[in-house]
Amino acid sequence: MTDITSFQFQSVDKNVSKMDVARLRLIWAIALFSLGFMVLIGRTLELGLADPVGAVRKTVATKSGRTVIAPVQMARADIVDRNGEILATNLETSSLAVDATMIKDPKGLARKLAEIIPDVPLATFEKRLSSGKKFVWLKRKLSPAQKWKVNALGEVGLKFEREEERIYPHGRLAAHVLGYVDVDGNGLAGLEHYFDDEMKAGSSQVDIGDRTLRTSLDIRVQFALADELSAAMRAHSAVGGAGLVMDVKSGEVIAMVSLPDYDPNDIRGISKEALFNRATKGVYELGSTFKTFTFAAALDEGVVTLNDGYDATKPLRISRFLIQDDHPKARYLSVPEIFTYSSNIGTAQMALDLGTERQQEFLNNIGLLQPAPIEITEVGAPMYPTNWRKVSTMTISYGHGIAVSPLQLATGISAMVNGGRLIPATLIHQTDGVREGKQVIKPSTSRQIRQLLRMVVKKGTGSKASAIGYRVGGKTGTAEKAAAGGYNEKLLISSFVGAFPMDDPQYVVFALLDEPKGIKETHGFRGGGWTAAPVVKNVILRASPILGIAPKEEDEGLYRQIAMKIHDDKKR
Amino acid sequence: MTAFGFGRTDNSLLTRWWWTVDRWMLSFVFILIVAGMWLTMTASPAVADRLDLDLMHFAKRQAMFLTLGMMVIVSISVMPVLLVRRLAVIGFVGSLVLMVATLTIGPEIKGATRWLQIGTFTLQPSEFLKPFFFVTVAWLLSVEFSDKSFPGKKVAFGLFALCAFMLVRQPDFGQTVLISAVWMAQMALAGLPMMWLIFAGTVGLFGVGLGYAFLPHVTNRIDRFINPESGDTYQTDKALQAMENGGLLGQGPGSGTVKLNLPDAHTDYIYAVIGEEFGAIACVMLLILFAGIVVRGLAHLLKEEDPFKMLAASALIMQFGLQTLINVGVNLALLPSKGMTLPFVSYGGSSMLALAINVGMILALTRRNRFINPGKDPLGWKAAE
Repeated sequence: MTDITSFQFQSVDKNVSKMDVARLRLIWAIALFSLGFMVLIGRTLELGLADPVGAVRKTVATKSGRTVIAPVQMARADIVDRNGEILATNLETSSLAVDATMIKDPKGLARKLAEIIPDVPLATFEKRLSSGKKFVWLKRKLSPAQKWKVNALGEVGLKFEREEERIYPHGRLAAHVLGYVDVDGNGLAGLEHYFDDEMKAGSSQVDIGDRTLRTSLDIRVQFALADELSAAMRAHSAVGGAGLVMDVKSGEVIAMVSLPDYDPNDIRGISKEALFNRATKGVYELGSTFKTFTFAAALDEGVVTLNDGYDATKPLRISRFLIQDDHPKARYLSVPEIFTYSSNIGTAQMALDLGTERQQEFLNNIGLLQPAPIEITEVGAPMYPTNWRKVSTMTISYGHGIAVSPLQLATGISAMVNGGRLIPATLIHQTDGVREGKQVIKPSTSRQIRQLLRMVVKKGTGSKASAIGYRVGGKTGTAEKAAAGGYNEKLLISSFVGAFPMDDPQYVVFALLDEPKGIKETHGFRGGGWTAAPVVKNVILRASPILGIAPKEEDEGLYRQIAMKIHDDKKR
Repeated sequence: MTAFGFGRTDNSLLTRWWWTVDRWMLSFVFILIVAGMWLTMTASPAVADRLDLDLMHFAKRQAMFLTLGMMVIVSISVMPVLLVRRLAVIGFVGSLVLMVATLTIGPEIKGATRWLQIGTFTLQPSEFLKPFFFVTVAWLLSVEFSDKSFPGKKVAFGLFALCAFMLVRQPDFGQTVLISAVWMAQMALAGLPMMWLIFAGTVGLFGVGLGYAFLPHVTNRIDRFINPESGDTYQTDKALQAMENGGLLGQGPGSGTVKLNLPDAHTDYIYAVIGEEFGAIACVMLLILFAGIVVRGLAHLLKEEDPFKMLAASALIMQFGLQTLINVGVNLALLPSKGMTLPFVSYGGSSMLALAINVGMILALTRRNRFINPGKDPLGWKAAE
């Protein structure tokens, strides 16, 4: 009995000791698991207290040191003018889409939506709501009021997607420079098209510092130019107009207008005519303004001096062409007189003395034979004869038989007056204000051209451009419009290119009217001197205070010598 | 209690179950199941939408699985210990047969053959193998406690080698590591000498090394974990982003945004979704609930006198706990990516039912009369059964 008991006790003892080992090791397991859970809890709290990566809104420090919430990053860069005035920006809007699988009553819902959004036909709504697709656009870019009303319908299948709408606060102003975007925000014209990749989100092109595109435009000058040009266009019932204001030292385009224009905020149904950029894409035979280049080339090459002259007593016959003057003096004319009175006969003879080759080379040098390099894609290629004969040389000398864009002309004239440096036009703001350019004529020639241009306004065909105190110089241009098989003398392209102040030119102002009609105020005249020159004058009067140019007394000494070469027949 | 109709004098099966079952464990698991249902409802619609399914597809199926799971838990937990043991042995053999079937007829999904297709339901036999295997091993080892001549450890090693081989063949490295770790713990509890433990630990590390060397997806995952630059760490990155986005208090149920880009948001990475939507504090509360089940469950076993019950229940609890630690560790980028579900919270039928069997067996094995404390009983009375 005792044996059995003792055996049992031993067995139990043995068993207990084995269980004790198990228990001891189980305590280890418990400790390990506790440790494991502690680590997980610690790590969870660490992550919970960490700053979220890619937080929706970050704060930034302003220049004054305050911490503010960073502005929402918009998809497309803003466009501003040279003073920072916003020309194009984005507004947040909502677009309406539908999960058509969740719509139970497409017809009823379509009727309700058509009431809220009247510009989409009821049938379109019905078709899209019953399409059975998971995602269909119903209407892009709703107004806040429309969004509110759609929300009030309480239909769960309708969803709003956040979108951005491109807004041009100045509407039509500078439309041809800025261009426009499609509904998905792709630039389709103007700067929007040219800089499309750079302006889209994520890219940080050098051209667009600080996510804004700073243009060379001054929107105030732009308004003055557009206002004056459209007033003249209305007064003369012209079919179109173009205008430019350019900084002669930097090539910056301060204002560029093409009429008729359009509102880039709403491009639906805009005519091709309105979208057409006459200032850069349109090429025109610009007439007498071209004489400036002929004179510059001839003077620079030493073919003539200001003391020479040509006989302009009778029209010039060359093969089947007859070259005659619009303002015939029918006498021997000095070189300054030929320019001032815009004599075709004199200029053509001068061009013959210059020679075809040198004329071609000169025009090529000042960029009139290639499309203008500028930051928009609507650029027209110039037209000129492939077979440049003697007669071409003569007509081209006074601006017929060659068609260039107003931008090319203004760039060329800038080079003529700024001391002879050809600076390509640009629409981008230049911080230093002066750009280097190729020397195309001698500075002394440029000085002579300035004197000649000033004389045109003081004594000749450009007197209507005389903005008192601003020492305007310029040249008129009147050309008959090319028509099938020749020229239509009833339809004119009238233009005036001016520069001011002539003692130290800062800006070139160009105005062009397409098919202006004569009116009582101009005694029925419709040439550049009567129609375009007043536009340039008014623009100069309005823009000078903005551009910081003060009127002042003119130093008559600058022009005494040249004035003596010009004889006014009426006074005699 | 009488409201339930469980009078103490009542001697029916359910009444006896009610008075003897570990009610703490039962209520923890119940809370976990309710929370899991709720969390699946917020995490899974995004995935369902992405897969073009009904938004509540996963939530509905999960509700079905959870209901089934609860029934399994209760029906297994009323079983007497002997029946549990027999169930385990039969289940173990059955699972092994199914695993062989998997290797031959199972479809290959994402480079592995782990599943059997039954209607719309894909069955993963290795999930069921785990609890049955541990209980079977516990039985073999516990026989040694009373009958020293029985070669329990040797047989257990044989079974382990067989299972590990089958798992590596699938290949399922994660499950192999899990089953090895728990089996080792069982061997340790059963009194394996220290020298052997150290040796086995070395072999285990060597095994991981072998897996790294010969299983390409293991190599890949470990490489990515050690050096995230080396490859695609998309899910881990997104999980961390979700946790950080949630902060302490979360974005609110259904308001998570990172979860929309998390492919396994409803299964392996549900913890990160909880972090984003309910916040780190809620995550910690969930972890405490898991710790309550695991640590308290193991501590409760310290008082256990029966070697089989102790070895079986502790192994089952450790399996549950390790699975939790690995899943959450992966979510928090503490461990390399691994196909391991968060018990009762992750979506998935096989793992859910297998865990229900697991928990049911734990409850069955830990039933005792709490009014008789065996440690203080001079006569050595066992808990009434």
